[in-house]
Amino acid sequence: MNLPLASAQALERPRRSFADYLEIALPKIVLGPTLLCGLIFVYGFILWTGWLSFTESRLLPRYEFAGLVQYVTLFQNERWWTALTNLGIFGGLFIGVCLALGLLMAILLDQRIRAEGFLRAIYLYPMALSFIVTGTAWKWILNPGLGVQNLVRQWGFPDFTFDWIVTPGMSIYTVVIAGAWQSTGFVMALFLAGLRGVDDSIIKAAQVDGAGTVRIYTSIIIPSLRPVFFSALIILAHIAIKSFDLVMALTGGGPGFSSDLPATFMYTFAFNRNQIGLGAASAMMMLMTVVAIIVPMVYSETRRHRRG
Amino acid sequence: MAEPYRTQTVGPHLIGRVILYALLILLALYYVAPLLVMVTTSLKTLDEIRAGNLLTLPGVVTFEAWGKAWASACTGVDCGGLKGNFMNSMRFVVPAVVISTLTGAFNGYVLTMWRFKGSDVMFTLLLVGCFIPFQVVLLPMAQTLGWLGIANSTPGLIFVHVVYGLAFTTLFFRNFYVSIPADLTKAARIDGAGFFTIFWRIILPLSPPIIVVCVIWQFTQIWNDFLFGVVFSSGERQPITVALNNLVNTSTGVKEYNVDMAAAIIAALPTLFVYIVAGKYFLRGLTAGAVKG
Amino acid sequence: MSAVAVIGVLAVQAPARAAAEVEVLHWWTSGGEARSVGELKIILEAKGYKWKDFAVAGGGGENAMTVLKSRVVSGKPPTAAQVKGPGIQEWGAEGVLANLDDTAKAGKWDSLLPPVVSSVMKYQGHYVAVPVNVHRVNWMWVNPEVFKKAGAKIPTTWEEFVVAADKIQKAGFIAVAHGGQPWQDATVFESVALGVGGAEWYRKAFVDLDPKALNSPQMEKAFVTLRQVQKYIDKDAANRDWNLATAMVINGKAAMQFMGDWAKGEFTAAKKAPGKDYVCMPAPGTKGAFTFNIDSFIMFQQKDADAQKAQAALAAAIMEPQFQEVFNLNKGSIPVRMGMDLTKFDQCAKDAAAEFAAAAKSGSLVPSWAHEMAMPPANKGAMFDVVTAFINTPGMTPKQAAERMATAGKPS
Repeated sequence: MNLPLASAQALERPRRSFADYLEIALPKIVLGPTLLCGLIFVYGFILWTGWLSFTESRLLPRYEFAGLVQYVTLFQNERWWTALTNLGIFGGLFIGVCLALGLLMAILLDQRIRAEGFLRAIYLYPMALSFIVTGTAWKWILNPGLGVQNLVRQWGFPDFTFDWIVTPGMSIYTVVIAGAWQSTGFVMALFLAGLRGVDDSIIKAAQVDGAGTVRIYTSIIIPSLRPVFFSALIILAHIAIKSFDLVMALTGGGPGFSSDLPATFMYTFAFNRNQIGLGAASAMMMLMTVVAIIVPMVYSETRRHRRG
Repeated sequence: MAEPYRTQTVGPHLIGRVILYALLILLALYYVAPLLVMVTTSLKTLDEIRAGNLLTLPGVVTFEAWGKAWASACTGVDCGGLKGNFMNSMRFVVPAVVISTLTGAFNGYVLTMWRFKGSDVMFTLLLVGCFIPFQVVLLPMAQTLGWLGIANSTPGLIFVHVVYGLAFTTLFFRNFYVSIPADLTKAARIDGAGFFTIFWRIILPLSPPIIVVCVIWQFTQIWNDFLFGVVFSSGERQPITVALNNLVNTSTGVKEYNVDMAAAIIAALPTLFVYIVAGKYFLRGLTAGAVKG
Repeated sequence: MSAVAVIGVLAVQAPARAAAEVEVLHWWTSGGEARSVGELKIILEAKGYKWKDFAVAGGGGENAMTVLKSRVVSGKPPTAAQVKGPGIQEWGAEGVLANLDDTAKAGKWDSLLPPVVSSVMKYQGHYVAVPVNVHRVNWMWVNPEVFKKAGAKIPTTWEEFVVAADKIQKAGFIAVAHGGQPWQDATVFESVALGVGGAEWYRKAFVDLDPKALNSPQMEKAFVTLRQVQKYIDKDAANRDWNLATAMVINGKAAMQFMGDWAKGEFTAAKKAPGKDYVCMPAPGTKGAFTFNIDSFIMFQQKDADAQKAQAALAAAIMEPQFQEVFNLNKGSIPVRMGMDLTKFDQCAKDAAAEFAAAAKSGSLVPSWAHEMAMPPANKGAMFDVVTAFINTPGMTPKQAAERMATAGKPS
């Protein structure tokens, strides 16, 4: 008869479905704390900052709504425009130089060099240093009176000038030099790992077909590094946007405020000029830029991999 | 997954090799120069520094600056050098690295093997956390830590570093686990293994390369952090980056460049050590797929 | 979660500890200053309190201010923090400062401080801060040897300055030692402005922030003079630290530096004798005027009765002659406490003290705006931007600069 069997099965099912329920819930439980943290400490704080950008907060936060007054002030501020321009220059150059140089160095190192490990360590170690250390060292090296300019002059080139760090229009490029020095090694390591993972057979086939070195690189190897480009881009973009310690240590935002970046602008106005509202508005602009660029890129890459 | 080391070289011949090595050495100089400058400066006396230029070698090599940086330089009213701060940094860096790595591993595991509706969206949203500039979160975090009662304490600092390290550690582990074939876990599930069993028995043993990458990255980021350290600690509990800043950025008084350089190198030693010793494993970890997709 | 338990246990244990703690935020991290603050630590520990040092260097207090705000927002402010000038009023307006009137009465502060100073230390009539010292900013530090070699006369007006600087430059020396950092640019500019426009106009422009005084002929003339001074600064000045500029004067490479009296510490450390190896003169055009910069500690409300007692002891100790003498001897400033015995101080300090009292009476005692004594930080920062832009942009005219100063002076 079906009835006892059905009831027997009915007795079994609740036990299994509880374990199943747990199995379904467990991943969410494990991911939960991280998501909660993200929700509160990233998005919650962004909202808090957003709220502050609509207030007249000065020394300490105040919460009465005051409209768009801070944003108006922000975009009338000459220093803010300098900071934005600098972010474009610095971000573009920094990411470009790191990617190009990193790829170049990875390709060079991939050529079965002797002392590869040694060279790799040399290229990689700057990443281990804190920005304060990097900024201090490069500030010295780029100082016209004490550093490279002085050195070359002493070598017999009295007209040699390399005073970018004290020239308002050029100071941002010194930040690129120091920043690239610090981060290219890591990009190189990423590309090297990617290069090593390229499939042998494809290359052999291409060589059999008579393709030259350059051709093989440009048509096969480099395109296959697309995921690595993506990861490197994310990491470099994150460093560029967050660049604060480096600028503060290297140029202090100067001369004047010619090497200011949005991150240093926000810090100065929020904490030193007692204009938290204005600082919050600048922070919101920074975040909106990040979201506009990074999120679509990340989401498309993530989806690509689920599909592919 | 871990593909065999590529054996085919695609490279130029003899003249090419010469140019190759020349380029590599030139680049190496660009990278080593600052460190050389720092080391030589730290071994000179102040007079020598003022008299000479960047690259002049010390006439008399003296370790006086090093001793001062370690044990007697003034970083405030306390003139005890950097040694105390060194231990302070260790005290919060190690727990923070361990906790964030472990959590990242579990997160990556969930996001690749136990996907549920919306988990990819959640991952993307989590990644945004990589980009938030830390200055923005200083004040609200201070307020939150105050409410939680852990403001201005080592557990508070650990908490902050873990929270903001999660985005990266999750990214690393997820990208790595994505290339583990799903069949492995499916087979185990059919055999009746549960969530944690699969993790301990199958996933974790495959993970050393990415664990190394993650630990190295987190250690470097947290050890070198200045902003959180200066805001969320005080007094004898200040990390070494804060003490270094106090030493190097004093607004008044004579700048002792040799002590500054020695102190900067001391502050960088642990991370340098990690990179030099574990660099090989770092690369192996990256090869094994930390960044593939 | 165990962290919460641990903190709970500690919180219960706290009252059992004998010595109450005093946590003081400051950025005096260099040798000489650290020693000066160390005196305070010794004094307090002798009274049975524990000193918790909270030093944060960087930018003349920039990092420290960030940390301070975070601590206040988190509900655990330090006992005291190094804040000065209008900043005291801004903090007072937030309602987080402690009332020091009892300590002030016991120490007779009202009679020992000039009204100009005590009014800055009070918020709505109550003492909330303690002054530590008085710096004079409108000094000119001179190497007489260099002047002699160039055959130049030490200038007392800005017209004389141009003549002397020309001679010095022709003789192969650097006329003005300077460090191209915003605060130094502003320090020089403020002395120029005071010398060109006088104390009355200075107050209207930089204290009252009167737009008519800011965008005015005097302001234009000040910028014209600044351009002239700029001609005599060497090319390597950018981002140079102030004490390296002082070293140029000490070593005889440069003739003069416009800097506050903390420069004296460098001369003393190099074992130079005042009057012989170096001369301290008021900046051209500012004789009889005194631009003051006063370091002070604001005190935060403490919840604990023991902490309040420790705080009161700290405030009292700062005003006492013992600390005032030792600290100021080390730092190069003069005691803010009036009527002290100054025999241990050098001639420059004695002159400064006498001029301080005289200027207070004659109305030419003005606050240094470049050192945050005259206007809110927002305006000061904006004016810094104008001055550094002017110095770094050869194409900017004095008229344009004056217009921008008026904009910078608007309430933010």
